[in-house]
Amino acid sequence: MDLISSTKLTAIYRYRGFIFSSVKREFDSRYRNSVLGPAWLVLNPLAQILMFTLVFSQLMRTRLPGVESPFGYSIFLCAGLLTWGLFADILNRSQNMFLDNANFLKKISFPRICIPIIVILNSCLGFAIILSLFVGFLLISGNFPGWIFFAIAPIILLQIFLAAGLGMFLGVLNVFFRDIGHLFGIVLQFWFWLTPIVYPFAVLPDWAQRIVMLNPMTPIMISYQGILVQGLPPIWFSLFPAVLLACALCFFSALLFKRLIGEMVDEL
Amino acid sequence: MAQVSVTHLSKAYRQYPNRWLRLLEWFLPISKSKHSLKWILQDINFHLSSGDAVGIVGVNGAGKSTLLKLITGTTQPTIGSVKIEGRVAALLELGMGFHQDFTGRQNALMSGQLLGLRPLEIERLMPEIEDFAEIGDYIDQPVRVYSSGMQVRLAFAVATALRPDILIVDEALSVGDAYFQHKSFSKIRSFQELGTTLLFVSHDLATIRSLCPKVIWLENGAVREFGETKEVLDAYATAIYAKNQDVVGVEKRSLEESAVKKEITHQKRDSRLSFINNSNLRNDIQIFEFNKNAIGWGDGGAKITDTTLFDTDGVPLSWIIGGEEVVLAIEAIAMQDLSNVFVGFMVRNKLGQNLFGDNTYLTTINEPINIGKNTVFKTTFRFLMPLMPQGSYAITSGITTGTQLDHVVHEWIHEALFFESHNRYSVNGLIGVPMYDIQIKELQSNF
Repeated sequence: MDLISSTKLTAIYRYRGFIFSSVKREFDSRYRNSVLGPAWLVLNPLAQILMFTLVFSQLMRTRLPGVESPFGYSIFLCAGLLTWGLFADILNRSQNMFLDNANFLKKISFPRICIPIIVILNSCLGFAIILSLFVGFLLISGNFPGWIFFAIAPIILLQIFLAAGLGMFLGVLNVFFRDIGHLFGIVLQFWFWLTPIVYPFAVLPDWAQRIVMLNPMTPIMISYQGILVQGLPPIWFSLFPAVLLACALCFFSALLFKRLIGEMVDEL
Repeated sequence: MAQVSVTHLSKAYRQYPNRWLRLLEWFLPISKSKHSLKWILQDINFHLSSGDAVGIVGVNGAGKSTLLKLITGTTQPTIGSVKIEGRVAALLELGMGFHQDFTGRQNALMSGQLLGLRPLEIERLMPEIEDFAEIGDYIDQPVRVYSSGMQVRLAFAVATALRPDILIVDEALSVGDAYFQHKSFSKIRSFQELGTTLLFVSHDLATIRSLCPKVIWLENGAVREFGETKEVLDAYATAIYAKNQDVVGVEKRSLEESAVKKEITHQKRDSRLSFINNSNLRNDIQIFEFNKNAIGWGDGGAKITDTTLFDTDGVPLSWIIGGEEVVLAIEAIAMQDLSNVFVGFMVRNKLGQNLFGDNTYLTTINEPINIGKNTVFKTTFRFLMPLMPQGSYAITSGITTGTQLDHVVHEWIHEALFFESHNRYSVNGLIGVPMYDIQIKELQSNF
């Protein structure tokens, strides 16, 4: 079975105008009628980073092994928090994407695959803005790791695919069982703390390391932190399970989406 | 070449007794299915070729909207298929998913893209869209400040900016004012001439008559009749009225038959009657059942048990054609001895304006009618039903004793009987009076 047939691809291409204006429209509508506008996009993670820096680095005196820079912990936090933000944003939007667009789906005929694409592009747009500010900060503060920085690109791509596959799965299920939305909010909290984002992986005791290593997001985060804080190339092999999982999730979700899209419109 | 081919189209919704069973069915695909199917549409078949215009009628819940959604591809059929050739523009709901916070122009761009137009094309068509919608400066205001009429104007203007091969219109247009409706219909007609296939759902039978040569009548999710507009709509109207009147076996009387009958029995009639009745200009008046629960007042000395319209042969009417003779019968029971009874009626329009009416006072002034307790009595008025402008009307009936100036009301029912007029023939004024003779003569020439 061809999941993404050529007709589907041409349909996406034909509706590219719709996709781009939807992304623009959603971005606009989010900050329309607010004075600060897109500044809110940045203020949110900034507040989070300040909070964690204050609590962990200043109050609890957490030190990163082998890092002397005064911004060391903040950069470490950014590496994890900003990318996790993208991951969580895609998931949160995806699980509600069909419910939020119920009116559209029920009344207008268009290639349904546009909806997840719009959601992902939207999250990526927000992330791109935050990331460029972060890069600006790295350059100004003299912490830019050099060419190795671009090694984050394939990892981000992997993370997007992971989030998209899982998000699509949750989005479809959420139409039939609204519990998914509530449940996943809790799961995401646990997931966050089970991923080495605010604490370095190395500080964990052995038994905890073994558990946390089962989490596919762990190697991804370690790679980001390695690149951005120490300028170390990632251990590509460690990302292999995540790649496998992302492929499986995308394939399975596409199958589910294709099978249930008709019933989904009836259920909305 | 068929442009829209609908074959064995059926749609059912899955219904699960509870959510857990759905989960069970998903994860244990081998176990037998836990859902029951609720059929909305069953085995619909029709083929339309380029330039066809088809109206779809049916009571609420007959499956009209579902059928349109299946044709546009918003929902997927359970069985059967829809084959479409060409570009479809559908005006299914008000506003076509306009985003309230964005301006009319931005929304037009968006809707246009959803209809499969390229941004540049829409840019090029924008002046025409603005021109047709006639919403002036509102085009640059957020849609949230629009009236529903303005939204439909814009939505229609966008949907029809470029001639679609297939145009699908649901009730949406009924929101527009008369001027815009008229304008939209002429645009639809011009598209039809160029080969656009039209599917039009409406409860406004007059509009369907004027736009569509063919009609599909849906009943309980199946096609009850598909054919010439006049025949299908007559059958449809009769069925609806029969249902309203709870009359078994109201037959579809052929127009020829009733016309012949009138020729013999009545001498005085509008000279154009037979022409009008056989054209689409006739004034169909649909009559509903006596409204038992209507609000009324009075001292309870008499009770009106029935108010009905009959034809001159005493057959209860479910619909009549304006301009013919009818008999209004008011049946009542005296709850006490009544002396000097007089009975009256009044026909009112939707605005509550009294159009015409009469009572028995002058007829019985010399021989007063006295009716004993528990006696059932019937009063009849035979008159020529005027031509009525389109709209709904109510007949008020009342029973009083005394004189016209000083009387006791025993019962007065405001809306004893409703009827509705479907009129294609324009009536000027509150009612139309049958014209016995119309002539134009040259009297003299000045040259």
